[in-house]
Formats: sequence, C-alpha cells, structure tokens
Amino acid sequence: MKLFSFQGGVHPAYRKELSGQREIKEAGIPEQLVIPLSQHIGAPCEPGVAAGDRIKEGQVIGKTVSFVSAPVHSPVSGKVKKIEKSFHPLGQKVLSVIIQPDDEGARDYMKPLGKNASELDPKDILTRITDAGIVGMGGATFPAHVKFSPPKDKPIDTLIINGCECEPYLTADHRLMVEMPEYIISGAKMIGKVLDVKEIVIAVESNKPDAVEKLEKAGDERDILCVLTKTKYPQGAEKMLIKAVLNREVPSGGLPMDVGVVVSNVGTALAVCESVRDGKPLIERVVTVTGNGVKNPGNFFVKIGTPVKHLIEQAGGTAGNIGKCIMGGPMMGIAQASLDVPVIKGTSGILIMQEADYMQEGYLPCIKCSFCVQVCPVNLLPSKLSVIAEARRWDLADSYGVNDCIECGCCDYVCPGKRPIVQFIKTAKIKVREIKEREKK
Amino acid sequence: MANEQNSLILSTSPHIKSDESVRKIMLSVNITLVPAAAFSVYQFGLYTLLLYAVSIATCLVSEYVVVRLRKRTFTLNDGSALVTGILLVMVLPPRFPAYGVVLGAFVSIVIGKQIFGGLGNNIFNPALIGRAFLAATYPVHISQWILPRMSAAAVSGATPLAGMKFDGIVTPFSDLFFGTVSGSIGETSAILLILGSLYLLMKKYIKWRIPASIFVTVIVLGEIFHLINPAKFPGPVFHLFAGGLMIGALYMAADMVTSPITKKGCVIYGCAIGLLVIIIRLFGGLAEGVMYAILFMNAFVPLINRATKPRIFGTGVNHEY
Repeated sequence: MKLFSFQGGVHPAYRKELSGQREIKEAGIPEQLVIPLSQHIGAPCEPGVAAGDRIKEGQVIGKTVSFVSAPVHSPVSGKVKKIEKSFHPLGQKVLSVIIQPDDEGARDYMKPLGKNASELDPKDILTRITDAGIVGMGGATFPAHVKFSPPKDKPIDTLIINGCECEPYLTADHRLMVEMPEYIISGAKMIGKVLDVKEIVIAVESNKPDAVEKLEKAGDERDILCVLTKTKYPQGAEKMLIKAVLNREVPSGGLPMDVGVVVSNVGTALAVCESVRDGKPLIERVVTVTGNGVKNPGNFFVKIGTPVKHLIEQAGGTAGNIGKCIMGGPMMGIAQASLDVPVIKGTSGILIMQEADYMQEGYLPCIKCSFCVQVCPVNLLPSKLSVIAEARRWDLADSYGVNDCIECGCCDYVCPGKRPIVQFIKTAKIKVREIKEREKK
Repeated sequence: MANEQNSLILSTSPHIKSDESVRKIMLSVNITLVPAAAFSVYQFGLYTLLLYAVSIATCLVSEYVVVRLRKRTFTLNDGSALVTGILLVMVLPPRFPAYGVVLGAFVSIVIGKQIFGGLGNNIFNPALIGRAFLAATYPVHISQWILPRMSAAAVSGATPLAGMKFDGIVTPFSDLFFGTVSGSIGETSAILLILGSLYLLMKKYIKWRIPASIFVTVIVLGEIFHLINPAKFPGPVFHLFAGGLMIGALYMAADMVTSPITKKGCVIYGCAIGLLVIIIRLFGGLAEGVMYAILFMNAFVPLINRATKPRIFGTGVNHEY
C-alpha cells in the first residue's frame, strides 16, 4: 500500500505501547465536575442554569450567544453547586459550572434522528451537530457546525477523517478506531452528507494497521477510502495531511476549505454519529492517560469536566516525582499548573511525566546546524525566527513568515542548543499582531 | 499529591527533546578527527603532538578568560574550542614553531570567535582565521615542509600541490589518498578524513550538500581545464585528494556555524568554494587556495541565507486544484 507523506517532520519516541493495547474503560463519575463555559474557539457560552438547580445528563447548561460558539451540556445528573470562575486548561480563569453529581441517572437527550446518513436531511444533521455542541475533537476545538457550513463560493469535494494521531503517547483515536469503527464510518458519512462531498477519505498512520483493518471491515469501499500515511510527526496536522493525501497546499493564512477540503478528527465523527443516532450531546470523550508518571496508563471514556486528579487515580495513581502534567500530547500539549483542571471537549490526552533534568535546562546560542530548517514542515527558517525574536526585531519576524508557523514543535524538538524556538515564535506572533493593531489605529 | 502539584513545571510545548546537543555534536567532530590526527603524529613525529597540546590548551584558556571577561555563562564544556584547537594544528606545516601556534590559537578564539559574540555568532571559521593570521605573520614558516615517516617521495621539498604548480610533478593518486605525502599536519590522509566524516554525515552533523557541491565543482572544473591543457593542469582526481581540499570541504567549509542554513544556500556556497579553489590553484600565486576560498565564502553566508529563503508552505503556488 502506498504511504502518503509530506516534507520535513520528525520521528520522536512514540511511546504508544504504554496505552495502545489498553481497551477503553469507563473513568467513572468524579465527586465534582467543573465545566468551563468556554471549551471552544469563539464566543463563550452564557450559563443556562443557576446555582442550586437540579440538572439532568444531557441538559444544556451553557447557551450560545453567537454563531461561532458551541453549547455546553451537563455530562451527569446532579445539582449545580455554584457558577464561578475556575482554572481552564488553557491557563486563564473561565466562568464554569460546578456540578455535584447524584446517582439518580436522570437523562435528557435529544430525539434520535436515525442511523443512515443516506436517509437523513443534511439540514437536520447540521442542526443536530450545532445543538449537540460538537467541536473539533483533535484539540483545535473549533465549533464543528461552523466548519461544516462553508460559504457558497468554497465548495468542498473531499472530507478527510483524521485518524493519524501523530502525537507521541496518545492512543485515544487509535482505540476508538479499533473499538468503534462503525460509529466513525457512520459519523463520517453524516458529515459527508452535510458537506455534499464527492469523496470521504480516512487517513491513518502506518503504525496502526489494526485500526485500518477494522475501519475497512466496518466501511464500504465504495463510500469511504482508507489510506495509510507515513508514521511521522506532524502527519496529523491539517495542512500536512491535505498535502500528503491530495497534494493540495492550503494557502498561507487560509483554511482547508480554500482548497475544497474539510478535515475532521475521528473523535468528531464519533460525536456526530452519537448525536444523530442516539441524540447524545457532546458530554463525554475518550482520553488517554499516560506517561511514566502514572502507574497504569490507559484509555478512558471521560465525562467532560472531570478533574485530571480523578483520571490519575483511574490510571493507578502517580509514579515517582511528577515534573509535568500535560494536556494533549508532548509535542503540542499544554503544561498544567494544577491537577485540578478539568478535561474539556478538546482534551485528547493527559500526559504525566516524571521530573527529568532536561525540563529545566537552559539553552545555547543558535549554532546554525539547520536541523530545524530540515524538519520544518512549512519550510520556515525556525532558527532565524528564534534569533529574530531573541533580538526583539519584531519588524523582521513578519517577513520571515512567523504567522505561517503551525507550532508543531519539530524545530524545538531537534534543536541541539535546546532553544525554546516555539516559545520565541509564539511571542513574536503576539508582538507582530500588537504592532499591526497599533498601526491600524 | 499536594506537594507534587505545587512543583509542576510549566513551559511551552514541545515537552520532549531529541537527544542531540551542541556538546554531542562538537565531541563527535573531535572524535572523528582522532584517526587523522593520530596518523599525523605518526607521520610527522612527536613534535606535532606538542603542537596539538599547545593549541588545545591555548584555545581552552583563551575561551575561558574571554567568556569570564564578557561575564557570560561558562561555555567551555560545549567542546567547540577543542574543535578549533585541533583543526588549527591540522592545517599548519609540521614544523611550525610552537609559540606561533599559541598566537594562532589565541587569534582563532578571540578574534575568530569571541569578538563576534562567542559560540554560534562568528562569521568566519575560527581555525582558518588563526591560520590566515599565521600565514601573514609567519610567511616563511607557513611554507616549510618536511617528509613524512611513510613517504612516497625520497627527497623533501614541495607539497604535491606546489610540486604540481611550480615543477609540473604529478603525485600518484594512491599517495594522496593514503597520505604518504608532505603537507599540512592533518590534511594529508584523504582516506582517514573521509572515514571520520562518514559518521558525521550519517548523523547529519555535516550539511552534506556543502562537501558534495564542492567536490562536484572541483571535479567538473578540474576536468574541463585538464582537457584544455593536460600538460599544465592536473586532472580532477588530483584536485580532489591533494592539499587541504578534503579537510577543508568536510571539516571547515561544512562547519555548522559559518555555513548557510538553507539547502539551496549550501549548494551555492559549496559550488562557489569549489570554483575559488580551482581559480586560486590554477591561476593564483599560491599553490593552495582552500583556506581563502572558504574564508571568502564565509563572508557571504548571511547574504546567501537571505537570498535563498525557502518557499513557505502555501505561498507562491497556484491554489487551483
């Protein structure tokens, strides 16, 4: 089988063996859930409940106030303890609904629409996706219904379902594909119907042959094509995946729809399927809990709002001296300041790493080895950008394409001087934006 | 758990790092130079060992003192000063005076490297700056050669390049390849330099496009001139293995800090060095031109980098599909 791929990229130690063969287990219901009212890119929700209210599983607790937003639902039946600002995995404090679960199991799902995409009205599916609060589950958390409503002048011919899961350590998508392939196929067809695409492609990295086998068995080759991509990070990055599979380049500053493509994560396809077929809103997701900092890594069905601490307990507790708690994978995940932060819709993994010397090491000047230039998947000169940012020459950053950086971290990973290149670039992006805004005024 | 929670380390992604390090790269360069250096001590006697010791010691001490004076963090353990110390001796004649080496090593580190801001910031290859300085200050010593212990020739005299240029003597390929010829301390054995650099190439510690384009240019131009006048101009194989081309292409032109970072840039830089080497060797006043070719092109590296910025993904292509 042909392996699709792209230029650049790296091969970090994948460490997927820690959790790759562990079946997805229920993580159970924690003592208390913290549900941020902003779990997506776009306008935050307004609380739809008040402290003291009894709520049912699936009930709307966060209402949208604009199109680019996604409603939030209660993952459990219980009582609203309070509504207050609480720490969000992205670092800042965000208005959140704190829920005390009960064991009544009261449920308030939407009406099932049906199983077969072919028999459904695309408008109904889209409305359902909107109402179910579905966002991009790969981590970007862009509201799905917005992505699935491209403007008329941007026809979409191909839907790519992204099952690459190129981040090391993470196995949530892998397990989903192995254990629930019918859901993914069915969800993919539903999304395909909404977008009215000619072709649906499921892309999986070559290190997950079992997933491809299951998907092919569950699907029908006439509707859905499974392709294998090379196991290389960041193969799952939207732009790289489109380039690899279709040989189309998303223009600088553009979106996949500019080249007639929509990319959706396998988790998103599953959520779409569940919302349409069972009326279940997005209140649960699969999370990999892994790393050398937990005793028993595994994959779990987790209620949105579950604190990280609860998941660590489910994974056998901590092992050794914990250095970092990362939400997401090791290449692009976000280091957390506390183990109390909740799982949100975009949380694909919790990576607990034991403390190691390299985590606090300083960095050296750039020695122009050009390793970063060779691995950059978008052909930037990361070393140059880091030097520019270090010298605070923000005027130059733009001309070296700082905003084209996808922050995949390949440059930073290979840098022998251990330079925090991604941090330099993120800072430069902010500065460049500030300068542009100032100029506008 | 409360305790652990307080000490969680926060940093930007990525949270894993490859096991490459500046120290590892520099130490690898040093280690791969050992065979050629050991051979040079055998060929030219224990005196060269003294020169290595003097050069390395001077480099390390100068680096230490200057870094202290500049109040920068101590960077001696990165191994880069060691590389300079070894390379400087390798490109000097076997009986170069030791006090001259002290001066050369000092200039290499202080003028060649630290003045520009230390590791990573120098424009010119430090060892070559040191050698260029010595060539200007000790013009007699820099061109005095001795016969090696294992020697193809019976009488002492010129290096193969000088023999070719001034007397029309062609040294056989095998002598150049194995290093049974006179020349600078560490440049004579092409085979040992190639073997050492293979590891560096494999680890990508050498930007392969640089030596490759130097070799190709030298071969092509060497062949052209050889065809024009075989009596006057030596063939490409001679150019490739004689003099400092091997050590220059593999260890000095390809020095990370002073070479381009773009792929295209490496090719332009390499081709230009090859061209300059041939011009100096065939038409210049000197027998050998590798040092000046590299130093000259070092100066153009920032310009080459700017002129060869790669096409950023998603720009400058037709987005029709």
